[in-house]
Amino acid sequence: MTRHIISILIENEAGALSRVAGLFSARGYNIETLTVAPTEDGSLSRMTIVTSGSDEIVEQITKQLNKLIDVVKLIDLSESSHIERELMMVKVRASGPMRDEVKRLCDIFRGSILDVTPTTYVIELTGEKSKLDAFLRTISEDLIIEVVRSGTTGMLRGERGLHA
Amino acid sequence: MKLSGAEIVVRCLKDEGVEYIFGYPGGSVLHIYDALFRQDDVRHILVRHEQGATHAADGYARATGKPGVVLVTSGPGATNAVTGIATAYMDSIPLVVITGQVPTPVIGSDAFQECDTIGITRPCVKHNFLVSDLSRLAETIKKAFYIATTGRPGPVVVDIPKDITDPNIKIAYEYPESVAIRSYNPNVKGHRWQIKKAVDLLLSAKRPMIYSGGGVVLGNASESLVRLTRWLGFPITNTLMGLGAFPASDHQFVGMLGMHGTYEANMGMHECDVLLAVGARFDDRVTGKLAQFCPHAKIIHIDIDPASISKTVRVDVPIVGEVGPVVDEMLEILEATGEKPNAKAMASWWEQIEKWRSINCLSFDRSSPRIKPQYVVEQLWEVTHGEAFVTSDVGQHQMWAAQFYRFDKPRRWINSGGLGTMGFGLPSAIGVKLAHPEADVACITGEASIQMCIQELATALQYRTGIKVINLNNGYMGMVRQWQEFSYESRYSESYLETIPDFVKLAEAYGHVGMRIDKPEDVRPALEEAFKLKDRTVFMDFLTDPAENVYPMIEAGKAHHEMRMAPGVSVDRELS
Repeated sequence: MTRHIISILIENEAGALSRVAGLFSARGYNIETLTVAPTEDGSLSRMTIVTSGSDEIVEQITKQLNKLIDVVKLIDLSESSHIERELMMVKVRASGPMRDEVKRLCDIFRGSILDVTPTTYVIELTGEKSKLDAFLRTISEDLIIEVVRSGTTGMLRGERGLHA
Repeated sequence: MKLSGAEIVVRCLKDEGVEYIFGYPGGSVLHIYDALFRQDDVRHILVRHEQGATHAADGYARATGKPGVVLVTSGPGATNAVTGIATAYMDSIPLVVITGQVPTPVIGSDAFQECDTIGITRPCVKHNFLVSDLSRLAETIKKAFYIATTGRPGPVVVDIPKDITDPNIKIAYEYPESVAIRSYNPNVKGHRWQIKKAVDLLLSAKRPMIYSGGGVVLGNASESLVRLTRWLGFPITNTLMGLGAFPASDHQFVGMLGMHGTYEANMGMHECDVLLAVGARFDDRVTGKLAQFCPHAKIIHIDIDPASISKTVRVDVPIVGEVGPVVDEMLEILEATGEKPNAKAMASWWEQIEKWRSINCLSFDRSSPRIKPQYVVEQLWEVTHGEAFVTSDVGQHQMWAAQFYRFDKPRRWINSGGLGTMGFGLPSAIGVKLAHPEADVACITGEASIQMCIQELATALQYRTGIKVINLNNGYMGMVRQWQEFSYESRYSESYLETIPDFVKLAEAYGHVGMRIDKPEDVRPALEEAFKLKDRTVFMDFLTDPAENVYPMIEAGKAHHEMRMAPGVSVDRELS
């Protein structure tokens, strides 16, 4: 079971997302995260799916995705040198002695504080999944009020890009 | 020329060269039905249930290679069609299914006869479209035909809201001559280097097998496959879907393989050292226990769908491409070099195969006072000179048809292999007969399957499609009963049909000829009589031996060499 990041260019049409999501559920593939948004070309959306499975399963996943008529192109980012990022917002209790401690942790992780109240902070963190996981492990569980994560997105390093 | 949406739909079908459209009217498609009424180019076949429409269109497509076209209304019209769409999807049959939808402004409001047709059909279509703009209607229909018929074929649904077909809104009509879809470019030509590699592997084989499937039929590649097989001199087996792609009466044909395949085909698979898989998809009914599938073989796989390659069985030489051109390229290489496989090795391999063949694994009791279903199929083959188009339903009768009707030509054997849809046989036979009015068309069925779409007997009368229904009536859901006998200590849970209709009277009630045959000696004369009634549909109710089972059988979890043989068939002799 290895983790793969599959980046997909797909026609920006109604129902395209459900074709992809439906494929994963119908064939029993797992989705760790899925992000989607239009690209600079309004007719195309870019979708990033993080999945895991044996080499055989991931090969089937990419083949089955390619078979969808709406899928224009896809690439398995994890097969090449790539950058991945995920955005996370964490709302934490920050009062008394913990208020400084939380701020220090936020600085260590290069987070920024988006919202401040006398008793809470909303911290924004961007990075690889592992960095965000590490932050959540570091901060005491009972300080966390709410966590929201965008799911991973990414692109290849260097000159190569994913184009229609 | 300015046309309404409804007129555009019908005009597109005409411009696409559609002969028949199989359908059933309803609220959301009334505008289209009105447009159909006002023309003579496209002939509408009124079925009695939307499932029948999809199966009939499917039968037409399988028998001709042309796409089958269906027109049904929204809601229940569309959901009734789903079984037939899924059937076509599993067997890669090109269909264009036009479904009515409630008017655009009320979509999503739980309107009368509304359902999410796009959502419901999504997992069982090659693609589907919801038409949201009249100006894109013609282009969408063109795309639907293009997608359905190219690459690995399949059903395409076009969902058209009623307001799009409004007779009062007209726009300029032009049917696009061609269509380009940037995200869809099916691969036709195989990779030259891979083909060369495959040829080298074939020439080095000592115990080769060719295993070919429905892709050869779909790709009209039968002639190419026959030429290649003859050049190589290899034994060849066909899947259930591939029957007829290589002539069954040819000596090189070792029968169907898989769960109810022949001893020689399955043993050949188990012992082969090189396997050439052509347009087949390593389905579980074919492979048996995957871990022991072709344990000694290097495998070459030709398929147009990359996703079929190495899906269940890892292959050594994958070739993505259309079967015909790839096989032709193999032949070109072979003919250019004049190379042949090792003659000595081939002779001893054939000697082995003949030993397997000699056990006569399909033999059955010919002295029984009861009608043996195998005998009926065998006699049907003789009476029709092996030239009939044969459709079937699903179960024991389907397997006996596959084993005992020896198909020498492609597109003659029409059955639901992938989805295994009971109820397929009768409506698909109607589609076949419309496509080939002069040909003999038989529907081999059973008393359980036939009742799933029996209402189509009315359609058969309306269009005078003289088909012959061969009902192998053993009083049980035979295949269920067989599994219960083998795996559930003969606890026949709900597999016995206590109230079977009088099929003779039923046939007569529908305006057809009914016959009941209960003695072996009457089988042949009855068949001869029935096929003399060219234009009549004849329902032949054969009362067959209820205890008969389909053999050989690879039971669940077993491998190719672990077949259960018919009682009386012995494999004790030294065979290898």
